[in-house]
Amino acid sequence: MTDDTRSEITLRVNDETYRLAVDNRRTLLDALRDDLNFTGAKKGCDHGQCGACTVLVNGQRVVSCLTLAVAADGAAVTTIEGLAGDGELRPIQEAFIRLDGFQCGFCTPGQICSAVGMLAEHAAGWPSAVTRNGSPHRAGELTEEEIRERMSGNLCRCSAYPSIVRAILEASAREAVAG
Amino acid sequence: MRAFAYQRTTQIRDALNLIAQHDGARFLAGGTNLVDLMKAGVESPARLVDIRSLALGEIGETPDGGLVLGATATNSAVAADAQVRLRYPALSQAILAGASGQLRNMATVGGNLLQRTRCAYFADPSEACNRRVPGSGCSAINGAHHNHAILDWTEHCVATHPSDMAVPLSAFDAVVRYETLDGTGEIPLSEFYLPVGNRPDRETALPDGALITAVVIPAAAVASKSRYRKVRERASYAFATVSVAAALDVQQGLVQDVRLALGGVASRPWRARLAESALRGGPATAERISAAADVEIAAAEPLRDNAYKVTLARNLIEAVLTELAADAGEESNG
Repeated sequence: MTDDTRSEITLRVNDETYRLAVDNRRTLLDALRDDLNFTGAKKGCDHGQCGACTVLVNGQRVVSCLTLAVAADGAAVTTIEGLAGDGELRPIQEAFIRLDGFQCGFCTPGQICSAVGMLAEHAAGWPSAVTRNGSPHRAGELTEEEIRERMSGNLCRCSAYPSIVRAILEASAREAVAG
Repeated sequence: MRAFAYQRTTQIRDALNLIAQHDGARFLAGGTNLVDLMKAGVESPARLVDIRSLALGEIGETPDGGLVLGATATNSAVAADAQVRLRYPALSQAILAGASGQLRNMATVGGNLLQRTRCAYFADPSEACNRRVPGSGCSAINGAHHNHAILDWTEHCVATHPSDMAVPLSAFDAVVRYETLDGTGEIPLSEFYLPVGNRPDRETALPDGALITAVVIPAAAVASKSRYRKVRERASYAFATVSVAAALDVQQGLVQDVRLALGGVASRPWRARLAESALRGGPATAERISAAADVEIAAAEPLRDNAYKVTLARNLIEAVLTELAADAGEESNG
């Protein structure tokens, strides 16, 4: 009898394809960290409340601690390890370093993956709770207030928020070009 | 966590059959609430039927000018939809006032309606909770209940419904469309959530094994003049203490149509029909708005530690209706 509590899945992580057998209980976060050794995404609260485990799934930011690995079968996943190309940091990564966007660094991979997803959402015209007088077809200017609201799913216990917001704001124009 | 089987299907019929054929099988969509409750040991399905590959993600128009929100459309997609933002702005605002960007990308319309209360005692299997284990008691009624219900609770349960999305949907007379192996059906949102009574574990009127396929919002001119306002314990990413979805249409100085619903005050989104009746047909003056807020909140019965919510709910109703009346005044003058 086959064990229907386990599954063979395929994950495309940072443009490489991996086949793995997982217990259906395994979260995407645990599969990335423990099966595939992508330890950039962090386990903070493990309840979707802190954002340290944020990765991009099919281009959208999600919390990998509440995503079952089996439910991500066939998906394209981007982790912090996959953001830099050819030894060049992405603008957002460079800005976090230059503008001191972290202290202990534990939340940083999640902050940066979340910021990449957030900037794509903003570029697509998605509004936020603080978007005022926004046209239904575009979101308006990316202000510090907008960044704080849109990034509220990523907590930083060192409270490096002012520098995080500055780094995202400063990198946003160059990220849009980098795509 | 209990081990479980997992299946994914692209056909509604297959999904319904899988649920019918296996004891303890549950639908899985975004998983933001279900997976978390599985980790906590509150939910322990034997099988998950992943419904995100079903063709239920569309947001479209009805022939009479309303909108259909597919059950697996994400919160993000609904909040960003141009028609939602133009015609039902309070719905977009409510969704954006809830959760985080990451969670909104995962969470779905159907899952949002079926999410469970965030009462801390419900989420803790070591505590008494009639909603989790019928007959076990209620740790909240004499416990830490400062953010619990002020309306329509019973000695069996004092929890609130956590959804922001459901509050404007209630105000806009949304209808839940579902499918079972016997066919399709519809339940108005006003009848979707069952009163707490003595069985808080029975949360909805959805038939056993039914799959929510869509939420239909009827056309309503008043809805384009709507607003959602949420009071919470931090500026973003927190559940409501009290929230209000309101819409107000004033023609020739008289209230033509008004919609009002509250979140965070009861076990279901609270449609404020008494306040609506008090306002409809007359001028939207400060006195009449104040009286409407009073008449709705007159039935509130606070618990030991949440009387502040009674005042807060009353004042929030008054504030949002006053803003909408001012908008209507500017419109008629301008």
